[in-house]
Amino acid sequence: MGGREATMVLLDENGIRCDGRKVDETRHVMIRAGGLKNADGSAYIEFGDNKIVAGVFGPRDVHPKHMSDTDTGILRVRYHMEPFSVGERKNPAPSRREIEISKVIKEALEPAVMLEMFPRTVVDVFIEVLQADGGTRCAALSAASVALADAGIPMRDMVAGCAAGKVADTVILDVNNEEDQAGQADMPMGYMPTLEKITLLQLDGILTPEEYEKCVEFGIKGCMQVYELQKKALSEKYFDGENGRGGSGRSQKR
Amino acid sequence: MAEAAIIDSLKKARIEELLEQGKRLDGRAFDEFREISIETSAIPKANGSARVKIGDTEVVCGVKIQPDRPFPDSGDKGIFICTAEMLPLSHPTVETGPPGPHVIELARVVDRGIRESHMIDVSQLVIKENKSVVGVFADNVVVDYDGNLFDACSFAATAALRSTRSPKWEFKDDAPALVEGSEADLPVGTIPVSVTMVRIGQHILVDPNADEWQCMDARITITTNSDGNICALQKGGHNGFTLEQIKECGKTSVRIGAEIRKKFDGISAGSDAKQ
Repeated sequence: MGGREATMVLLDENGIRCDGRKVDETRHVMIRAGGLKNADGSAYIEFGDNKIVAGVFGPRDVHPKHMSDTDTGILRVRYHMEPFSVGERKNPAPSRREIEISKVIKEALEPAVMLEMFPRTVVDVFIEVLQADGGTRCAALSAASVALADAGIPMRDMVAGCAAGKVADTVILDVNNEEDQAGQADMPMGYMPTLEKITLLQLDGILTPEEYEKCVEFGIKGCMQVYELQKKALSEKYFDGENGRGGSGRSQKR
Repeated sequence: MAEAAIIDSLKKARIEELLEQGKRLDGRAFDEFREISIETSAIPKANGSARVKIGDTEVVCGVKIQPDRPFPDSGDKGIFICTAEMLPLSHPTVETGPPGPHVIELARVVDRGIRESHMIDVSQLVIKENKSVVGVFADNVVVDYDGNLFDACSFAATAALRSTRSPKWEFKDDAPALVEGSEADLPVGTIPVSVTMVRIGQHILVDPNADEWQCMDARITITTNSDGNICALQKGGHNGFTLEQIKECGKTSVRIGAEIRKKFDGISAGSDAKQ
């Protein structure tokens, strides 16, 4: 991911970051549950300048059949970036990076989804990054989690995503694109707020053992903030909106 | 890879039962690695190489060095790429063909650990800025599988890179030209050491073998550098960790990493050491 030289002021003397945020402040986050007509569940998230849509299908028959499991349902996740989502056009074919991110998001969601209730089926999660600006995997995970809930799939908990990191020798919350490129460390995290479990964790960049522990704690704080917005998004669709009579997620598509 | 071995449910029960008594199936302590053997200069035709065994897991890494065009956004830096591949002879379930997500993740995590530690000073690998740079390619192949490929590949690549002698090029007539008879060590600094742990129930085990890998709830690979700082991390597996477990894994990786790092100290270009 490019160079790590600090060509811009990432943190000024008042502790204000390059986009005007404080060290422990996330970017503006907007989450909407639903939005897609054909998907069984969907969600849209704007996480700073990230714009991501997630759609869920299933539980449904597994194709190819050999992938099916007689003991449990399976989860498949595809994380994909549009060619126009980044500065230079991205080749639309799935890159190795996207394959890895698909895998870590899948593993982050799995503990939350009660797949064992649906043996021999698959739940497909499709995540499309329309615009990327650092921290897409956390935003994508947060949206996917809302989309799963919107699809009415039984879950043990939500999974919220947010990154922590380090710029100018300071631990910060929610790393943006500039900070990722020029900063010292980026630690994306996925967290189940009720079960208190970290289900996604990656790190690149150097942290002392103390900074490492602080980073993890910061990340959890960020995830808790995202969690509140996830709940708000679902409650807006099912309880407060004009169709707001609760009920099954499948009867109200838009 | 992880789907590889089908574990007997009796064996899984036995592993879990033993863990409750504080024991592992092969008698190791929870934070104990299997025997690690590192043999450098295993492949003389490569610029650097290593054969690493962790128990029955065996990985061969070869380093090849060649001039290359720099990436457009970093003309003042050389190229470092680390790969990993599972050979079909390493396990009955491994098939030929393009790598699946598990192997892609393996290669990327191993690459990231070494890259983020800044072991290789890529700024010293420039032949002519924006035109020609030195490319360092560390390719791992898994020869035999018994769990914990992350650490095996990482150790093999680290040992191979430390033992590498690099040819030299100069920029002549708009192209890199080999300087005959001139060799140098690679600009290597810190020693990254990755430590992989799995969680089975409430227990955290270091260096899982294939059976333990198959039973795990979740795994974490943490790479530390020579300063005892953490430089890369990857969580995997179908379940999660608590904050306390994550902190504990961090401490374990620093402690165990420091012990293992000693094995790499004696490795340098020209030492045909079997450690």
